[in-house]
Amino acid sequence: MTVENASVSIKNLDLSFGAVKVLQNLNLDIVDGEFLVLLGSSGCGKSTLLNVIAGLLEPTDGQIWIKGKNVTWAEPSERGIGMVFQSYALYPQMTVEGNLTFGLRNARVPKDEIKRRVARAAEILQIEPLLKRKPGALSGGQRQRVAIGRALVRDVDVFLFDEPLSNLDAKLRADLRVELKLLHNNLENTMIYVTHDQVEAMTLADRIAIMKGGKIMQLGTPAEIYGTPQNKYVADFIGSPSMTFYDGTVDGTVMKIEGHDLPLGAYQFTNRPGPGTPATIGIRPEHVMTGDNLRSAPYQTDITVDLVEPMGSDTLIYCHLAGQPFRFRMDGSAVVRKGERITIGIDPARASIFDKDTEERL
Amino acid sequence: MADIGILAATKSAEHPVYRMIDGPRGAKPKNRFSRANIIVYGTLFVVALYYALPLYVMIVTSLKGLPEIRVGNIFAPPLEVTFQPWVKAWQEACTGINCDGLSRGFWNSVRILIPSLILSVAIASINGYALSMWKFRGSEVFFTILMIGAFIPYQVMLYPIVILLREAGLYGSLTGLVLVHVAFGMPINTLLFRNYFASIPEELFKAARVDGAGFWAIFFRIMLPMSLPIFVVAVIIQVTGIWNDFLFGVTYISSPDRYPMTVQLNNIVNSVQGVKEYNVNMAATLLTGLVPLVIYFASGKLFVRGIAAGAVKG
Repeated sequence: MTVENASVSIKNLDLSFGAVKVLQNLNLDIVDGEFLVLLGSSGCGKSTLLNVIAGLLEPTDGQIWIKGKNVTWAEPSERGIGMVFQSYALYPQMTVEGNLTFGLRNARVPKDEIKRRVARAAEILQIEPLLKRKPGALSGGQRQRVAIGRALVRDVDVFLFDEPLSNLDAKLRADLRVELKLLHNNLENTMIYVTHDQVEAMTLADRIAIMKGGKIMQLGTPAEIYGTPQNKYVADFIGSPSMTFYDGTVDGTVMKIEGHDLPLGAYQFTNRPGPGTPATIGIRPEHVMTGDNLRSAPYQTDITVDLVEPMGSDTLIYCHLAGQPFRFRMDGSAVVRKGERITIGIDPARASIFDKDTEERL
Repeated sequence: MADIGILAATKSAEHPVYRMIDGPRGAKPKNRFSRANIIVYGTLFVVALYYALPLYVMIVTSLKGLPEIRVGNIFAPPLEVTFQPWVKAWQEACTGINCDGLSRGFWNSVRILIPSLILSVAIASINGYALSMWKFRGSEVFFTILMIGAFIPYQVMLYPIVILLREAGLYGSLTGLVLVHVAFGMPINTLLFRNYFASIPEELFKAARVDGAGFWAIFFRIMLPMSLPIFVVAVIIQVTGIWNDFLFGVTYISSPDRYPMTVQLNNIVNSVQGVKEYNVNMAATLLTGLVPLVIYFASGKLFVRGIAAGAVKG
């Protein structure tokens, strides 16, 4: 990707708090109009990165470019960004309208222009009836809408979201998630979204950057991240329930794990290992085949069911395979009992194989 | 037609006999005169009495004439209520050469209190805001030094400050005393404000910065409107502290003309010439204590809210 069409560019960014390196030599180009999600567990530096982009934290080294301008030393308000926070961060003593206009009044935007922008934001977010209320009189979902509105009225190129849905209950979170996606489709702004929730990341993102220890582990579309994770960390992090990993060796077209020889057939190696290379194979619970699908499975084996977890839409089966706990997903309508023996099929071509030492994809 | 089931249900709830038959139901009845209650309320009553008694004695004594006081019976209510002692304490009581009562000291104290209060609360709030929101290199060290200041006994600093004020040409003046009060109120009030502002979510501050507000705009338009409770606490601490101060007043004021009320009260009560006028002394003491008392009564609720400041969130 060239930097010319980049909306936000992060160049060789370093950030340390004393001896603790929070971000290390980080490079990232975000395309104009892209929805980029920074995903990672807590402490991985994703929120820190967002704060550095916003100008709320100073980097130790490196540059931030927004819309072709080096904004590394610019104030947050001069960067052309709007930000939405997890705790909404609405000014409690101001009405919703006061909250929306605070930034514009600070920037001395003309009155009729303020009026026009507030009207537009209120219409987009459907908060017109709330304009005269104080934040204390709003529900969580309404508050977050107002917080988004505050970013919207600024008429900026880049939106930054810092876990905006984490304080909401599950149902509201799902609703607002869809609204956010619609908003992005309408506005076509660049959006950078920080979350630890992989469902939010998968559903919202054009591209996901998975972070760990201040570094980006993989940057790619949700399909790439899910289908071809570049390393074991990403493979383990994405997917719920997560992959089951088996240690073994790769020998030509066969992956040998304890008691099973899995034919690799159609597996696309990124770099084909030599014979007898120690490796780890990861199998997603939803890629295990049962029943009628078995016919297409290159490898079949029998297991004894240890535990059944019905989830409604599907059912999780816990069992042992190759001397290790193993779980897989079946259709919700399947009737399976504890102790039953069933045949399952595995397609190693859909699995992921990693080098045992480097944990990089093979 | 009434539903028999509902009738039966209401009956059994209301009627004691049904209640016994049905067994326990609803809230468990409580015995108001249980042993625990008697001990708790009894103790509270005794303690309250213990605290209220001196005040009672002061009030009734201040309303009696001298002949009645000489009889003894300090707990007896006045047979003949007179406000003469109050008038005398305010207008006529003698301290040294001046015989115009406490009124002089009262106005001196007001002249000391108002500028000290405004200056110290204003500076401390800005200090606290800067120390919690705009951390700079060395801000923690600065704060620690300020805190150490709070723990140095006043006596150690009394004389050095005399020299400082003398060199500045302020010794003996009200201005000098105001400066001393502002300086000594600084550590505790800064701590108070810093902790309060630290409890305000950081994201609010970040949002204001993204909205283009600077140091003063965030302080005046975001933080101040949220800080009424803590300002009330600071005002109460400062008013009572400055008004009740005796040590600084007697040390840094050189002329009886400018003594604050507390120092003047001491001079009235401890004067050794003539008859001890207990009623006038009591009235004078009550008059002096009136200002902090009024402040407490006027702001009690807000005070409690400010003390529990952690609960005040946006």
